[in-house]
Amino acid sequence: MARMKFLCDAERCIDCNACVTACKNEHEVPWGLNRRRVVTLNDGEPGELSVSMACMHCTDAPCASVCPVNCFVQTADGIVLHNKDQCIGCGYCFYACPFGAPQFPSKSNFGSRGKMDKCTYCAGGPDGSNSPEQFAKYGRNRLAEGKLPICAEMCSTRSLLAGDGATIGAIYKERVLRRGYGSGAWGWSTAYRDSPTV
Amino acid sequence: MLTKHRPGSASRALPSLPAQDTPAALDRRGFLRNSGLAAGGLAAISGLGMATVRPVQAGEIVPGEPVETRKSVCTHCSVGCSVIARVQNGVWVGQDPAFDSPNNLGTHCAKGAAVRELTHGDRRLKYPMKLVNGSWQRLSWEKAIDEIGDKMLEIREKSGPDSVYWLGSAKFNNEAAYLFRKFAAMWGTNTCDHQARICHSTTVAGVANTFGYGAMTNSFNDLANAKAIMIMGGNPAEAHPVSLQHLLRSKELNQAELIVIDPRFTRTAAHATEYVRIRPGTDIPVIWSILWHVFENGWEDKEFIANRVYGMDQVRAEVAKWGPEESERVTGVPSAQLRRVAEIMSQNRPSSLVWCMGATQKTVGTANVRAYSIMQLALGNMGISGGGTNIFRGHCNVQGATDLGLDVTTLPAYLGLDEEAWRHFGRVWDVEYDWLVSRFASKKLMETKGIPSTRWFDAVLADKSQLDQPDNVRAMVAWGHAANSITREPVMRQGMSKLDLLLVVDPHPTTFAISGDRKDGTYLLPACTQFEQSGSVTGSNRSIQWREQVVKPIFESKQDAEILYLFARKFGFAEQLIKNIAVEDNVPVAEDILREINRGCFAIGYSGQSPERLKMHMKHQADFDPATLKATTGPCAGDYYGLPWPCWGTPELKHPGTAFLYNTNVPVKDGGSGFRARWGVEREGVSLLAADYPIDSEIKGGYPEFTMAVLKKLGWDGDLTATEMEIIRKIGGDNIDRVSWQTDLSGGIQRVAIQHGCAPFGNGRARVVAWNLVDPVPIHREPIQTPRRDLIAKYPALPDRRDFRLPHLGLSLQTVDKSKDFPLILTSGRLVEYEGGGDETRSNRWLAEIVQEAYAEINTEDARRLGIKDKSMIWVYGAESNSKATLRAHVSNRTGPGVVFIPFHFGGMTAGVDNRGKYPPGLDPIVVGHAVNQLTTYGYDAVTHMQETKVTLCRVEAA
Repeated sequence: MARMKFLCDAERCIDCNACVTACKNEHEVPWGLNRRRVVTLNDGEPGELSVSMACMHCTDAPCASVCPVNCFVQTADGIVLHNKDQCIGCGYCFYACPFGAPQFPSKSNFGSRGKMDKCTYCAGGPDGSNSPEQFAKYGRNRLAEGKLPICAEMCSTRSLLAGDGATIGAIYKERVLRRGYGSGAWGWSTAYRDSPTV
Repeated sequence: MLTKHRPGSASRALPSLPAQDTPAALDRRGFLRNSGLAAGGLAAISGLGMATVRPVQAGEIVPGEPVETRKSVCTHCSVGCSVIARVQNGVWVGQDPAFDSPNNLGTHCAKGAAVRELTHGDRRLKYPMKLVNGSWQRLSWEKAIDEIGDKMLEIREKSGPDSVYWLGSAKFNNEAAYLFRKFAAMWGTNTCDHQARICHSTTVAGVANTFGYGAMTNSFNDLANAKAIMIMGGNPAEAHPVSLQHLLRSKELNQAELIVIDPRFTRTAAHATEYVRIRPGTDIPVIWSILWHVFENGWEDKEFIANRVYGMDQVRAEVAKWGPEESERVTGVPSAQLRRVAEIMSQNRPSSLVWCMGATQKTVGTANVRAYSIMQLALGNMGISGGGTNIFRGHCNVQGATDLGLDVTTLPAYLGLDEEAWRHFGRVWDVEYDWLVSRFASKKLMETKGIPSTRWFDAVLADKSQLDQPDNVRAMVAWGHAANSITREPVMRQGMSKLDLLLVVDPHPTTFAISGDRKDGTYLLPACTQFEQSGSVTGSNRSIQWREQVVKPIFESKQDAEILYLFARKFGFAEQLIKNIAVEDNVPVAEDILREINRGCFAIGYSGQSPERLKMHMKHQADFDPATLKATTGPCAGDYYGLPWPCWGTPELKHPGTAFLYNTNVPVKDGGSGFRARWGVEREGVSLLAADYPIDSEIKGGYPEFTMAVLKKLGWDGDLTATEMEIIRKIGGDNIDRVSWQTDLSGGIQRVAIQHGCAPFGNGRARVVAWNLVDPVPIHREPIQTPRRDLIAKYPALPDRRDFRLPHLGLSLQTVDKSKDFPLILTSGRLVEYEGGGDETRSNRWLAEIVQEAYAEINTEDARRLGIKDKSMIWVYGAESNSKATLRAHVSNRTGPGVVFIPFHFGGMTAGVDNRGKYPPGLDPIVVGHAVNQLTTYGYDAVTHMQETKVTLCRVEAA
């Protein structure tokens, strides 16, 4: 069984934001919610690096362990999905997530923030169907069509990789060996508790 | 540690989407829930009569309905990324990666991944509108064409045809670009231009004057074969993001060095192995200093220079002046670093040179790009894979529109404006030459360059006596062109106010619609995007791709060709315009127009790319090897992808296209050639013909361009078929010897030359001394607005002059010192999320969400001195017209001390005032902000009147 993961090769990310708009476009994500974003370190200085970030679909996902209503499920492929019908918008998952992935439609500091929204790894909702209702809540289920997440498929420089962890880890390892350097697969060890190059 | 790189970018607490008058129109998902049509979305246009409005449906797929797939090409930059559209019920519902495209291999940038929004376009212009006493009113297409047409005919009658300015677009497909040029000719003016003027006009002029053609020599993909890459005055990570995959491939596979030379530490520089920060406006000194080290160390390619270059000794004499001391004094770059650059470029050949607007948008733009080209000639990097001068064009079809003469200086195929060129196109268009002459104010004006887009408002405002034409420009047609991408915006606004008629034809209202003090006489006509029409598009690498129509034009918008046809009908020359072109439902058929282009544009080898061949390439993209762009299997086997021009002869000749210009290592029939023999055969006793030749050439050496006379002299005229001879006789009349490879409509002269292994355009030397231009060898001239007053005496701007029917100031402006009041250098550039004037991209909510505010980058030292905090508001004052703008300060070391950078895509604000309310209700872009061009100043290139956007002066104060 595959273990689906994301890997962002920071040596290649050019902050073009294709991953961001591809996601918006594919899932009709409303204004104000960002399932994926690009962050830049050392902006404008030598050593500047950009990394594309979203829910990493962690091993032992912290969001799931803090959720008071148990709305998270992890699929057999390792994808972390959540049930919006169950979500109470408490925001605990946001505080638990090391990547700042959970998004909320309401900006209120008190009361419910609305149903949490985050990257689904293009796997639709927890019931796995591609129904219009599920689309409206979670977006398209590309995985069911045999496709990978749109952000990675459209990444301009193939910086962002998605797929089985072993496969994308091997691709990254080969790249690092060939070019002789690598600034690390950002977030990988935090999310998956191992290293893609071992 | 993790910082957001821009305010508003990827923020969790974003401001809500600016309200429109009709928010219901926004909610596409609401459409679906209501099964579409009747309710929600049409609120936007309620009460306006729905008969012709085609509503837009929901974004997601309706279960059970069939989904079709269409293939088009992204309409933003010139990389030419294929776009795969999923279409359901005539609505574009999803985008898939185009993995088969050898250009983009499935990838996109932020803009390409968001193009679907264009065909939904809540903020698109939905029907014709006009400004009546300051408010926008709807009108029908028929009434609009009639009213506008009557007014134009009246202006033509009173002031002559040159008083209407036809500003076209780099967003046109090739067919519309060509038809637009033809249309302007039949209207009777050469004053028709497009974005190339402010993009790469100087490249085209400079490079064509060096090698023969003004175009990128290699391809984006071929960058992967370079052993070193130097990018000077370009930021492809933001302007051409998909090209970075090829660049990074070279960096990773070949361990290639990536040198970025730029005043600003760009997103591209972040990936460089060597970043060189220069003082803005010192490109020629930097290149000459690099060459100084090359010559000093004997690193030049002596054999290449001996065989294929004319005039290098004169360059050596100029370069000798740029030793380490003078170089450091002028450029601010340590000489040791430029030596390292010289060494990297010399010791890692083939090395490639990439440039963009940083080189071209200068008062010395043409000289800049000639210096760049000279460096590549000295290093012997021309005509080979992995080398070349790789000029990344900006818009999706700026290359094609330039090739097809949407330009004030030439007819299609760079044939110029002389009588011979007009007679040639008279034959191609099947109209009488005398009729064409009768359309113009005079034969002299017919052969005189028009007024460039950078100066259109000067032609409105100037005293008539200052113009070399009968009257001022009185009507302006902005057809797919932004106003805020042109410099000296405060003066342009005055020009707009004075116009009798302003016509905007565009998918969006654009900043033209809201600029100036106009209450009446402004018309907006909705053109559709390229996704709503079919036709061909030429990428930066000269390859041509065919776009399928993804969806029908939305709302009441129309295709460019249809609008041209409707106007031609109104003006009474529709019959001439579409002779030999079929028209279906008022739309001239794109395939027929392309066939006419094929028949008439032999001069640049636009002749072999028939619609059938192009469609075949699109269908069999997977057969092309992304590394070489050559089809290895299938029906296109042997062809280069998109038949990059020159693709010689007729389509039947099956020329594969030219992967690398001026490559002598392959036969001409496979895309080889020497440099173009464009300047005669000798000068001052020195041969201008090459000493070597493409392989398989029967002439072992250089030769002039092919004419009937040359064929006869070689005894090859017997190889022409009877049909070809008959056509040549018909063209030549009494003197068939003068019929050339460019004007021979049979393609026979080209066919015979190629049959003998010869390039139709001859085999000449590249010319590093362009004796027809000012400064035959490029020399440094300080920008007009420069803080380095100490350098002006030695490196002055050109004296004032006249060209393009207008006065052109230089030295007289430079002598006025503004650097005391305006001590900082102001420069501008692109962002990845937006393009051009940004009317389209700032209206796209997926893009607009990422950058919600205009800003200025300012160096940390300057900011500290001026008391400016990061992310605070500042005033930036321009050095002319009392201009000022409020912007968010981004304080960083991205720019060097003394330099301020402002992205140029913003518009809709003037001197702190928000003009959102001047747009037709609901059509304002989501993001508005100050245009940098409100602050830019006077300065034009001597050869093309390219505007100076990269070096001017400003003052910054905390707001």
